Amino acid sequence: MSEPVSALKNISDLNGIAAIREIGPLGMITLRGDLSDRAVQDAAKTAGGANAPDQRKINAEGDGGVAWMSPDELLILCRYDEVPLRMTNLQAGLSKGHALAANVSDARAVFEVSGPRAREVLAKLAPVDLTPGQFEPGMMRRTRLAQVPAAFWMTDAETFRIVCFRSVAQYVFDLLKIAAQPGSEVDFF
Amino acid sequence: MLVLTCHACGVTAEETEFHAGGEAHLKRFGPGSSDEDFEEYLFMRANPKGVHFERWRHANGCGKWFHVARDTMTLEVFGSYSAQAFAPPEELLSRIEDRRPGWRGQD
Amino acid sequence: MSTRLATGGRLLNKAKPVNFTFNGKNLRGYEGDTLASALLANDQMLVGRSFKYHRPRGIVAAGPEEPNALVNLGAEGRFEPNARATTTPLFDGLQAASQNHWPSLEFDVGAINKHLSRFLPAGFYYKMFMYPRAAWKHVYEPFIRQSAGLGKAPKATDVDTYEHFYAFCDVLIIGGGVAGLHAALTAGKSGARVIVMEQSDHWGGRAPVDGGTVDGQPVDKFVDGMVTELETLENVTLRRNCMGAGVYDHGYVLGYERLRDDSPHVQGPRHRLWRVRAAHIITATGAIERPLSFAGNDIPGVMLAAAVRDYLVNHGVSVGDRTVVVTNNDNAYLTAIALKHAGLDVPAIVDARVLPQDSQLMEQAKALGIRVMMGHGIASVKGGKRVTGVEICAQAGEGAVLEEISCDAVAMSGGWSPVVHLWSHCGGKLRWDTTQACFSPDVDNPPLGADGMGFVTPAGAASGVFALDDVLNDAFAAADGVMTSLGFDVPRDLKSPEAERRQDAPMMPVWLMPQGASVKLREKAWLDYQNDVKVSDVRLAAQEGFVSVEHAKRYTTLGMATDQGKLSNINGLATLAGALDADIPSVGTTTFRPPYHPISMASIAGEARGTVFQPIRRTPMHDWHDTHGAEWEPVGHWRRPYAYKQGGESTYDAVMREVTNTREKMGLLDASTLGKLIVKGPDAGRFLDMMYTNMMSTLKVGKCRYGLMCSENGFLIDDGVVARFDEDTWLCHTTTGGAERIHGHMEEWLQTEWWDWQVYVANVTEQYAQVAVVGPNARKALEKLGGMDVSKEALGFMDWADGELGGFKVRVYRISFSGELSYEIAVDASHGQAFWDALMVAGHDLGVMPYGTECLHILRAEKGFIMIGDESDGTIIPQDLGLHWAISKKKEDYLGKRAQERSHMTDPNRWQLVGLETTDGSVLPDGAYAVAEGENENGQRNMQGRVTSTYHSPTLGKGIAMGLVLNGPDRMGETLIFPGTDGKEYQAKIVNPVFYDPKGEKQNV
Repeated sequence: MSEPVSALKNISDLNGIAAIREIGPLGMITLRGDLSDRAVQDAAKTAGGANAPDQRKINAEGDGGVAWMSPDELLILCRYDEVPLRMTNLQAGLSKGHALAANVSDARAVFEVSGPRAREVLAKLAPVDLTPGQFEPGMMRRTRLAQVPAAFWMTDAETFRIVCFRSVAQYVFDLLKIAAQPGSEVDFF
Repeated sequence: MLVLTCHACGVTAEETEFHAGGEAHLKRFGPGSSDEDFEEYLFMRANPKGVHFERWRHANGCGKWFHVARDTMTLEVFGSYSAQAFAPPEELLSRIEDRRPGWRGQD
Repeated sequence: MSTRLATGGRLLNKAKPVNFTFNGKNLRGYEGDTLASALLANDQMLVGRSFKYHRPRGIVAAGPEEPNALVNLGAEGRFEPNARATTTPLFDGLQAASQNHWPSLEFDVGAINKHLSRFLPAGFYYKMFMYPRAAWKHVYEPFIRQSAGLGKAPKATDVDTYEHFYAFCDVLIIGGGVAGLHAALTAGKSGARVIVMEQSDHWGGRAPVDGGTVDGQPVDKFVDGMVTELETLENVTLRRNCMGAGVYDHGYVLGYERLRDDSPHVQGPRHRLWRVRAAHIITATGAIERPLSFAGNDIPGVMLAAAVRDYLVNHGVSVGDRTVVVTNNDNAYLTAIALKHAGLDVPAIVDARVLPQDSQLMEQAKALGIRVMMGHGIASVKGGKRVTGVEICAQAGEGAVLEEISCDAVAMSGGWSPVVHLWSHCGGKLRWDTTQACFSPDVDNPPLGADGMGFVTPAGAASGVFALDDVLNDAFAAADGVMTSLGFDVPRDLKSPEAERRQDAPMMPVWLMPQGASVKLREKAWLDYQNDVKVSDVRLAAQEGFVSVEHAKRYTTLGMATDQGKLSNINGLATLAGALDADIPSVGTTTFRPPYHPISMASIAGEARGTVFQPIRRTPMHDWHDTHGAEWEPVGHWRRPYAYKQGGESTYDAVMREVTNTREKMGLLDASTLGKLIVKGPDAGRFLDMMYTNMMSTLKVGKCRYGLMCSENGFLIDDGVVARFDEDTWLCHTTTGGAERIHGHMEEWLQTEWWDWQVYVANVTEQYAQVAVVGPNARKALEKLGGMDVSKEALGFMDWADGELGGFKVRVYRISFSGELSYEIAVDASHGQAFWDALMVAGHDLGVMPYGTECLHILRAEKGFIMIGDESDGTIIPQDLGLHWAISKKKEDYLGKRAQERSHMTDPNRWQLVGLETTDGSVLPDGAYAVAEGENENGQRNMQGRVTSTYHSPTLGKGIAMGLVLNGPDRMGETLIFPGTDGKEYQAKIVNPVFYDPKGEKQNV
């Protein structure tokens, strides 16, 4: 088998008011089930290495973690090469109940936007209150970036991770690059 | 542009995250139903000037459907509630009654 | 003449001279100038020609209300028409040119229109161009086209960039004058998140020009102090050059920030559109001075009194050596006093009022030796391209001239109107203030927000109070009330500062000067400078029955120009009210719509231009296609290769080659765009039986089945192959571009109708790169890759299997949309390109070539397979397409079943799918209709069918088509006539739609 390649082969743009990098491929598994079911929670914990988070939260550490996506959906994060094993474990853990686990690692592109002005760059594209205190690490937000759906969270006070569909990776990269263009500082946050 | 609260994920967001889905609480009529019932289900829609119950989907978000009670004239939003309901919750109805006394008689 | 004074100019940086051009002339100004102030400093009072009569027009105002000074700005990729000189900051290298004249500003042929003005009255468009009809095309339209519009449309692509910014706050304050700043301090110190937007580049609004003292210090120092203090508050954001453009539902506000209009060559976005959600909005938008309606009030040199003062104090510009002030209020006296202090001549203050005693300002003016003429008005202004004098009359009379005063400028003031636009945008009501003769916000009827409560509060002059101390008190009260309603604690020591109180005499409404002005004078008394509407036009409209203000507006075009009637609205209303003998509030106002002032179209688009105009979806093999001659076809947001051109061949030749090669050897199609939805759960089979017209619950594990989906209306909405993975898991393929729609469709039914069914759906479309390996050599190529058994025995037609090929983990579907031996192979997208490369290598000696969507279309049409969007158009049911075999008769219910039982759907006269073959082998025009005998009730020929797909088939060497025809399947062999738009008539025979391999022997090998 070939080496897996991310949508944009880890392209980056470091010339703007925030650094933009395509990272990955990262492991991602969509898990749909009854989130109050102990078996689902345990399976998610085993697969993502973290407890199932509360509504609109994410428990992540490095490339691993679990994100809350909707009342019956979690996103398991892990290393790309670990997905087959995690899937097998998940399926085993979920075999008794009604749940669905699907590998979506290749269906996504992941970007990292970092720097003191990372919030500003995101606030040009997403209709979300990104003021410190209103949006902080540990929160997960599904919304849109300009014209496409996306989800993001912060890995630290100055770094966002953004997940979008793979097919629009170039569009999202171009958007971020424009939003971070030199001379576009907002000085808002 | 409205601001709505998704009942499923709790996010309060602007309308561009949502997709409108028309009148709420329609009863489906399938094979075997009369032409009148089927016509009512498929084509006839309430278009009130005032209190209205609607379906919305958090399309650019958690993807879930939910219900909204809204005034079509003033755009006041009375509340959101679960999509898995055959009728608005009583608590919401009484809140609307407080804001629009006697609205039920106006249909 | 107008000129720069040696002293004064509080906004200027005289150390920084700036060079610019106007109509090619090199001129000089200073940093801090607007284009208007710099033009005036260079004695360029004449700046344009009016819209209709091409009358010479000069600068009237000093802000966004300016109706006349519109210029073409910049060049090439930075060219912009209709830029207001009064809001355009001056910078080195600025190029401006006047508009709406030919051949030159000084001599304009169009000015002949003014002599025709008798023939161009209100409503002239409607009256003149009705008859004769032919004249419209040959006379009127060319005339209107040539003279319509003010600026020129830009031709070059805009070279600048633009962006949006989403911001959230507790209080958004629009306007950075004393009221806005004071409200901001109150809100900021109470702990609220505050944004202040100021449209100009300086703080304080009018106050520093108009003077006064606050807490014992000059008001400009007081403003500086507030700004300094606000800058220390972290919860307050101050934005200059940022106009609150519009207030919308639920606290949504657009702010238009101009970042590079004064420095076009500096990198960064030119404009930023702020998309703000505020819990509450305070409109501290100030007030605008009204002109007075007297004859010749549009002659260059007649200006608003406050504007004259602004240019003097802010920019050190004198608009004339001798300025007559004409007024109905005290405020204009400030202009006379300021001019006198600057050493300029004020021959008279003409005041329409008759007052029992002098006010403070009147005494001050008189003490400076200025002649004050009470109870007087201007009968007429003398001059052409510049004021030369005024004729004075009694305001109470009909305009008999009492004396003539020579002057080169007139400063007029008809009173002040609060800027209520932003209050009104979202439904805030107005009340008529009889004392000040203006509409001001009716605070008991504010625009209502999501919670049903008012979300806009006016403050300061915008709420209808004009004296400095009243303004500050009002602003404090507004902010205090807003803070309390939002639940913030206003610090107890906060209070309104003490401003010096000036005792002004009351103003007197003056809607026409003189009061009994004759028709001759009324015909020269302008209301709307930009659209050339006069007092006489509005009276005529009323006379002709246009008594509603909205009708009169459209009939006369009053207030419909780019300034949206900022100066003319109230005077126009009052004139209409006068003509109707009604009071002003009963006539009412026209609707205030955003934006307050024009904003750039590009700022609205934001980043969405060029490469990111809209999202383009790319498959994992996109770049490969691009470098291998792909001609792209948009399919939804996806880009798919239409055909791959080799060497110098035409697109058509490429398509023909691809078809032949695929039929004879082997083709590869990038099918990654097809939607892939996993449907899983104990009720998944039951659910899919509802979704599809055919039975999916009976599909055996390891098998595939083609299925049709209908809406509840019965119409066909999608099709695709469904595979069953295990006991409770299916995979549904959708059309390209159908994935999100069908996923949403499934979720909608699961969430809102059958929420007790245990089914989960996941959209895994983009997880896989999918390649169709098609043609007689397909199996050989896969065998060459090595791995799983792909023989007929191991993997029969309509089977699927997981396995490995060439070291790739694959899922192989034996399905065919071409009629050939075909494998659709899914690999993880991250390996898609590598897998495609491997197939190209394996197929090299087997004649492999990639093929595009047009080849795909021909292959399927040769087989008579339908295509969603070609054979279906949202009005077609599967029964129309002869797809009865895919509609289960056993099922009690599926989406669309009940609808398909409606009488119209079961009508035997619905057009049915057939094949069509031209009698001469040519290709039928796409979408052509088959004509029938007779005519319908509209005198059009009757129709009996239409073409839905049509191609040249290289396989069969002739044109083939599919179409829907009345009773088609019963009419095999009949010939129909299809008139083309090219004037030819095409003859085609009705045939079986399966043209190629009707027994399916090729795909089942």
